[in-house]
Amino acid sequence: MLTMEQSWKQAKAVFAASLGPPLVWLALFFLAPMAIVWAYSFGHNAGLTEIAISGTFSNYARAIEPLYLKIFLKSAWVAGLTTGLCLVLGFPVALAITFASDKAKTWLLLLIMLPFWTNLLIRTYALIAVLRTEGYVNQGLEWLWKGGGGLAALVGLQPLGDFQPLELLHNNFAVILGLVYVHLPFMVLPLYSALDRLDKSLLEASLDLGAGHMRTLFKVVVPLALPGIASGILITFIPALGAYLTPDLLGGPDSQMIANVIERQFKRANDWPFGAAMSFVLMYLTFIAIAIQAVLAKKTPEAKA
Amino acid sequence: MSKKSAPGPLEYLRRWQMQAWLGAVFLFLYAPLIALMAFSFNDSKRNIVWKGFTLKYYDKLFNDSALLEAFGNSLTIAAVSTVISLALGAAAALVLWRFRFPGKTALDGALALPIVVPEICMGVAMLVFFARVMPWPQGLPWPLNLGAIIIAHVSFSFPFVAVVVRARMASFNREMEEAARDLGAGEFRTIKDVILPHMAPSLVAGALLAFTLSLDDFVITFFTAGPDTVTFPVKVYSMVRFSVTPEVNAASTVLIVLTVLLTAAALKLQGDPAATAGHGAGDAK
Amino acid sequence: MTKPIITFENVTKRFGKMVAVDNVSLTINEGEFFSLLGPSGCGKTTLLRMLAGFETPTEGRILIDGQDISNVPPNKRPVNMVFQSYAVFPHMTVADNVAYGLVVDKVAKAERDRRVEEALDLVQLGGLGHRKPDQLSGGQRQRVALARALVKRPRVLLLDEPLSALDAKLREQMRTELCTLQEKVGITFIMVTHDQDEALALASRCAVMSRGVLQQVASPNDLYEFPNSRFVADFIGSVNLFEGVLAVDEPSHAVIRSPDLPVDIFLDHGVTGPRGGTVWAAIRPEKIELHKKEGDVPPNLGDCPHGTNAIAGVIKHEAYLGGSSTYEVEIKGGRRIKVQRSNLTRWDQEDFKLGETVWLCWHACSPAVLLS
Repeated sequence: MLTMEQSWKQAKAVFAASLGPPLVWLALFFLAPMAIVWAYSFGHNAGLTEIAISGTFSNYARAIEPLYLKIFLKSAWVAGLTTGLCLVLGFPVALAITFASDKAKTWLLLLIMLPFWTNLLIRTYALIAVLRTEGYVNQGLEWLWKGGGGLAALVGLQPLGDFQPLELLHNNFAVILGLVYVHLPFMVLPLYSALDRLDKSLLEASLDLGAGHMRTLFKVVVPLALPGIASGILITFIPALGAYLTPDLLGGPDSQMIANVIERQFKRANDWPFGAAMSFVLMYLTFIAIAIQAVLAKKTPEAKA
Repeated sequence: MSKKSAPGPLEYLRRWQMQAWLGAVFLFLYAPLIALMAFSFNDSKRNIVWKGFTLKYYDKLFNDSALLEAFGNSLTIAAVSTVISLALGAAAALVLWRFRFPGKTALDGALALPIVVPEICMGVAMLVFFARVMPWPQGLPWPLNLGAIIIAHVSFSFPFVAVVVRARMASFNREMEEAARDLGAGEFRTIKDVILPHMAPSLVAGALLAFTLSLDDFVITFFTAGPDTVTFPVKVYSMVRFSVTPEVNAASTVLIVLTVLLTAAALKLQGDPAATAGHGAGDAK
Repeated sequence: MTKPIITFENVTKRFGKMVAVDNVSLTINEGEFFSLLGPSGCGKTTLLRMLAGFETPTEGRILIDGQDISNVPPNKRPVNMVFQSYAVFPHMTVADNVAYGLVVDKVAKAERDRRVEEALDLVQLGGLGHRKPDQLSGGQRQRVALARALVKRPRVLLLDEPLSALDAKLREQMRTELCTLQEKVGITFIMVTHDQDEALALASRCAVMSRGVLQQVASPNDLYEFPNSRFVADFIGSVNLFEGVLAVDEPSHAVIRSPDLPVDIFLDHGVTGPRGGTVWAAIRPEKIELHKKEGDVPPNLGDCPHGTNAIAGVIKHEAYLGGSSTYEVEIKGGRRIKVQRSNLTRWDQEDFKLGETVWLCWHACSPAVLLS
């Protein structure tokens, strides 16, 4: 039963028909635009609507000025924190699903993925309703506060002062919460995938030899599931790094991330070359992250069931 | 197995700590969404306290011509881009699965780019392209005026379709193809009679994937849309920026329900989600 | 009256640097049940696929009925194949599967239906036309593949490892059925297999291949009893090989002297071989007789001089196989000789025991002499 590939020469008509359209489309509507943006990143504004491509590095130089460097670092930090939180929250979930009965597995996976398929905009908006000063969290706290005040009055203590709603929205806290909220399902799937492939008897062997669950987890499970963990980290980190909507809707004036800065260059500031440079710096960061993950993936020994 | 035994060492799900954690996570994920949907029926403009059940915001929604137009645009774009993405994605999957040719690795990599590249980078590229290089003619009749957005959507969704179809083709027994040729069928006929039927489930899954990706997209559309080619997410965005009214809740609920239905259909057609989510195409031959 | 139908002329196939088929020339006659036999990687499947049209020869030509078909695509050759995995189309019914080739040929519906029914009856699947392949057993699916290929009335039917996926009982059954089928249909069957039992049982002629090279083409009997090389002697069945020197070579008899054997091997015919040169004597296990050892005089089978073709040894290993038993007998010098003995009565197994000292002897006509 052969599944070998044919040489293209053996069926030239089919080859041309199936290679042509996607290749042309990809080249024209993806690679070409990308190339143009890349070219612009080496240009400068010449007149109101013209951009001269002068081969200058000044845009890139500006991108690493302290002002913007700070934003890059901050975005990386936010994305990293988000990824870490997703990992901590998601790992037990993935673990639980892996060891669930088959029937439960199906449902659990479905339930985890369902929010992922709903629109990002809507999910972020839902969080606004939860976090704003008149949102559900503050309402709930206010209700508790009033209840507490009532109890205090009953017992004869000083009544509590006015309820001060928590500022949960339009700040970094909200952005990180929002990013975790949006990306958590992204993390669970690859984790589950890696854990499910593990040979369960390895865990049983570890327990049999006297190790506790925590030790088994850190000494056996994590090292063997590392490619999956790396995968999950990558799938969470990169989109988080380039997030636009979440910081835009949930963030405050100092919660700007890279994507917001880029958007501004193209929409309001009209500095396309600079925006192009920032855009490509983001891309380079993305590729570096992928490369790191690929290297890590090659190094881990396989332990499949 | 009628009696409840103590949980086995690896039956993590049966321990109350795990169940609590799982419950908390699901609560975290779902509570805001459920609240949002619930409050779309709330008879109060301010969305805080429950004042009574009403459908008036849905009524408002369905009478808001701007919103309906945006929704119509979104559906049209999704439909057209899905069809094109399917054709391109299936063709790409076919050529990568079947042939050996110089530059194959490069093509493989290039096809992965739209999936991997951050959305904002792609949005920017599309903006630049349609502003400077190939300006989409103004004032075209509907639906041609949506052309730029459609092109952008196809560009980022057909590689996903290619991935789905390719995964399915991995389980194809080449001897089927040879059998068809042995029995007299030419190249194109073989594709129609043997390869396409095998691809079919992945084509459906790919179509639903492309449709959902298109319907949900915000960032890339934001950069390619113009004032007269507004899509649903873009319209909702502008509504959200300015106010938090129950009408937005109603619109969101509609979109959620639509997406859930479509995705459920996709999953049903691709088989057990546990199998596909965990291991890729584990389909029977 | 044998008429050649397929001719391979100096066919070579290379995949990059690897030579899969090395200068093979072979003629297959019309109406034969022919088998390509050899270990995996020997090139037999590549040869078959070149005949079907799925590979093109790097050098040489392939002729069908005298016509060079090397450049004819597979869908235009008068040849049809039953694939190793059967390759039955899962999305079509059995009848549609069988009809497929006829639909492609644009055969009229009435005739098509008739021929499909005929083909299904031929493979004993009559009445199952409406079923889907996933409702059939492996054996049934194979019959669908057979019917599908035969309904097109090809000149030659190719079979790629037809029995390898079946369990023992089914395999035996299919063997007989394939034989009957070929006789009934009357066309040339060419089968590829690595299982020599299959090849010997079914084929009227076999080609044994090794590493892309044709070793010997002969009837099963000739391959077994008159192998032309150590490879063939060893590949087919079990054999005892003794490397030695041709000490005597006369028209009426010959003697081979081997360092592994304390006695000479006497042959009742001449060998036109290298006098004094290296030869091998191949003796099949069932040709060696076991005798109880009582005393020092070996049994004389009457056709060889005293002191040849007989030796004493100790039974070091035995295996009971039901109809026969095999023994490994260690002789002086350490060499172990394989012997096979039929269990003609129900108590024969008890005649010889492990550790027993026995006489081994064979007839002067039993050894085959190999020059390579």
